[in-house]
Amino acid sequence: MNFYPFISEILQIGIVLSIAPAFAGWVRMVKCWFQGRTSPSLFQPYRDIRKLFAKDVVLAENASWIFRFTPYLVFGTTVLAGGIIPMLTTDLPLSAAADVIVLVALFAIARFFTALAGMDIGTAFGGMGSSREMTIASLAEPAMLMAIFTISLAARSTSLSQIVQVMYSGQSVLRPSIAFAFLAFVLISLAETGRIPVDNPSTHLELTMIHEAMILEYSGRHLALIEWAGMMKLTLFMALGAVLFFPWGIDVSGSASGGVFAFFFLLLKLAASGVILVLIETGLAKMRLFRLTEFLGSAFLMATLGMLSFFILE
Amino acid sequence: MNLHIAAQINSFLAALVLLTAFGMLTQKRIYGLIHLFAWQGLFLSLNTAVVGFVAGKHHLYISSVLTLSLKVVLLPYILHVLINRLRIRKEVETVVNIPMTMMIGIALVIFSYHLTAPIRELSTLITRSTLAIALATVMIGLLMMITRRHAVTQIIGFLALENGLFFAATSATYGMPLVVELGVALDVLIAAFIFGIFFFHIHTAFDSLDVEQMAKLKESD
Repeated sequence: MNFYPFISEILQIGIVLSIAPAFAGWVRMVKCWFQGRTSPSLFQPYRDIRKLFAKDVVLAENASWIFRFTPYLVFGTTVLAGGIIPMLTTDLPLSAAADVIVLVALFAIARFFTALAGMDIGTAFGGMGSSREMTIASLAEPAMLMAIFTISLAARSTSLSQIVQVMYSGQSVLRPSIAFAFLAFVLISLAETGRIPVDNPSTHLELTMIHEAMILEYSGRHLALIEWAGMMKLTLFMALGAVLFFPWGIDVSGSASGGVFAFFFLLLKLAASGVILVLIETGLAKMRLFRLTEFLGSAFLMATLGMLSFFILE
Repeated sequence: MNLHIAAQINSFLAALVLLTAFGMLTQKRIYGLIHLFAWQGLFLSLNTAVVGFVAGKHHLYISSVLTLSLKVVLLPYILHVLINRLRIRKEVETVVNIPMTMMIGIALVIFSYHLTAPIRELSTLITRSTLAIALATVMIGLLMMITRRHAVTQIIGFLALENGLFFAATSATYGMPLVVELGVALDVLIAAFIFGIFFFHIHTAFDSLDVEQMAKLKESD
């Protein structure tokens, strides 16, 4: 029996867990450079997580099991999502078990429970955050699925490994449907990971926060898990965009040297996507909540146009 | 350049034309609209040049240059000057809200796809698949004229519609004869001047370019 796929699966999950804080640190660093500030170290998020793990958990008196269960669930689904996306090699055992629709569903479960936990304590901010989060989700998820269907149509499969292999073999030089799907994906990633035109990850300003409002009551190891999962989600979305639309360097043969090569390519692509993310974030201002329908509506429009141009032009 | 790559570039530019059409449909700011219109003209002109190269029809180069000079440079410049003269600053008001307009636009694309499907089956040109996009651009231009209240945006809608017609001619039959195209280009130019004069008249009469105000023509006494 060939153990290589299993080893690469475990390695990949390990990589996702370990480089996610560094990636979040990298994004903060680049952002600081762009704004002319002195940046914290690349490893600051690791220290933050370690600090939070060492702290005690403060629980509200009326917190139910949902509140205590949610951090573990969010962390678990995000790790699982990290096992599905073929980042280094297309020969992943878990990738065959779950396709791209499951991936969207995993993120949806995490979001659903975060929203429940936000309402569980009964504070005003939690409920407000949950309500906003679900408003965004109801608009972002159809667009996300539409973009994914467009890519699946072009690759004739919903399996991520299959899609990446088709993209890698490279008949997608100038396909309008893929270009539209990519534009839609960029807009959706900004909304899903709570970056600037939609949500500002670095403030606790009560009027604008969305994700932070839901997790305001968490502390200690619960907060550490949620923060870590958030960093992983950001990394995963960037990695997903990188492998779907720019799959250069990914290992399709299943050899160890190919895996190492793919790892360096992945780091390079993540670093580049971090810079692009910061460019988008510094170039835009945070949107009013009521204008988000237009923002996510245009993401949906792009994804639909991608699907239509697949039928019309290809 | 082989035929396959040329066809890909052609369909990619067609997609960009459609994207700019949707962009204009959803754009709220009037300067943004004019810039998008200029971009659409640029993609159209590039597309015409590519089709001319592939089909070996050299008169298409002339119409490409004509499109470039007229729709990318001259008309946006005239509109810019008009807007500056009339001091239009505020955002464009729409009759239907923007997400709704987008949905109608998508429905129009599907409609034109179905409408042109038989032609696509019969035609042998490499540009046959872009005909649906061209028709959709015409319809979106029409939709823009319907959903906007402002006279200037309605004119941009009209010009976008004309872009779509030009595109349809290129993709259905490799372009109209040169004499016809020259005539149409001249017509559009003259139309733009006449629109300009009308804008001034409307502006002096109503003190606004909102066409809603023209519903009441009777003088109140």
